[in-house]
Amino acid sequence: MKAGARRSFADAGPPPHARAVPWVSVMLASTLTVVPVIATVPLMPPPGLMLLLAWRLLARFALRPWAAAPLGFWDDLLSGQPLGSAVLLWSLCFIAIELVESGAAARSFAQEWLIAGAALAFCLLAGRLIALPHVPVAWPLMGAQIAVAVLAFPLAARLVAWIDRKRGPLA
Amino acid sequence: MAPVRDRRTGFSRRRQYGVFMGYVLAVAGAVVGAVLLVASAFDPPPFAGLRMAAAAVTTPVSSGLATGVRAVAGVPGAVGDFFVVYGRNRAMAEQLRAQGALLTRARALSYENRRLRALLALRDRSAQPVVTARLVSSTAASGRRFALLDAGGFSGVRPGMPVRGPVGLIGRVVETGPNAARVLLLVDPESIVPVRRTRDGAPAIAAGRGDGSLDIRSVYTTDLRFRAGDLFVTSGTGGLYPPDVPVARVLGDGSDTVRARPFAVPDTLDFALVERPYMPIPTEARR
Repeated sequence: MKAGARRSFADAGPPPHARAVPWVSVMLASTLTVVPVIATVPLMPPPGLMLLLAWRLLARFALRPWAAAPLGFWDDLLSGQPLGSAVLLWSLCFIAIELVESGAAARSFAQEWLIAGAALAFCLLAGRLIALPHVPVAWPLMGAQIAVAVLAFPLAARLVAWIDRKRGPLA
Repeated sequence: MAPVRDRRTGFSRRRQYGVFMGYVLAVAGAVVGAVLLVASAFDPPPFAGLRMAAAAVTTPVSSGLATGVRAVAGVPGAVGDFFVVYGRNRAMAEQLRAQGALLTRARALSYENRRLRALLALRDRSAQPVVTARLVSSTAASGRRFALLDAGGFSGVRPGMPVRGPVGLIGRVVETGPNAARVLLLVDPESIVPVRRTRDGAPAIAAGRGDGSLDIRSVYTTDLRFRAGDLFVTSGTGGLYPPDVPVARVLGDGSDTVRARPFAVPDTLDFALVERPYMPIPTEARR
């Protein structure tokens, strides 16, 4: 590995562009709201959050433990949620995943899917309650959106795995 | 799979502190989020500025994409039109002939109406269009229903202006940036529009439900019966929306509160007309 050989042992890590890739991919996913579709019904799964969870669960050193807050801020700017909702909820997800992982003995994809599903359901529901605290939740719609998000998570995981493989050798 | 053991830091103090700081920062991030959330309950202007700065960058992208989508979406229609154009032309000519008499009568009525209003010395206000633009994107994943309009402060769009489409009311502007504006759609749960029934002028309120339809609530104290197919238009009460813009059609019979479907289903293919508030906002008039 050429890049790694030139650097000292102490700061051996992925090259800078490879470290930026997870950040950029999550931010791009958050920016998917620019697609020219006027949705009268919120059914779209939150793409930024799905990619973030996939990175966190599949390649856990790709993002720093504190990365959820700045990435959530970017998502808040674009998503129409009150500013701070994704900052808080995504950070809570990261902390919760950290706690779950510290207690878990073994890992499998099914387990990661379960964790991601719980995180997605929590974030969608809490985000809805934060955005519209005084309006009763439309449960069929909420359930459909959560179901779509949970079912789409393996796709996000596939995408992240592909990007992770392409982003170059990690030192 | 193998147990997770790669969190070990070994004996290196530097790595131990580094990992610990990571956790501290993660918790700090959550705290910052909570603080921002509390602050955004008061909706301070800098937050809107930040959002609209982001929108200023994304809106041209959406506009470009929407133009591409329109170009592609127009192809089947154009091909279809080519084949049915003669038949449609004949049908429309017949329709025109059939409605000629109706038109004459409507013209006479309109003239009489104008004359009577002049006699009453009513002060009529006409809607003043600000700009014609397009809605280019929306908050598809959030529970709020906002859309972005590809015209902003440079075109004279200001917060509070009503937005209507070709067939009915779309919503109103809530935040503006230099080249983009955020529109609160009718179907947003926090959108409320004063309306009246076309048939008898019964006043009601149209509130968004967040699932693509509206609630029509009676404002009468006595119980008001709604029938499926009742049409509601804006009443002009409150002075924001101009009167007589179509809003919604009731879906089922009921009283007090019924579901209704909005006329204007906003999409990127249609124009959106931004108008001045029907009555000037008092603070704005002073400036």
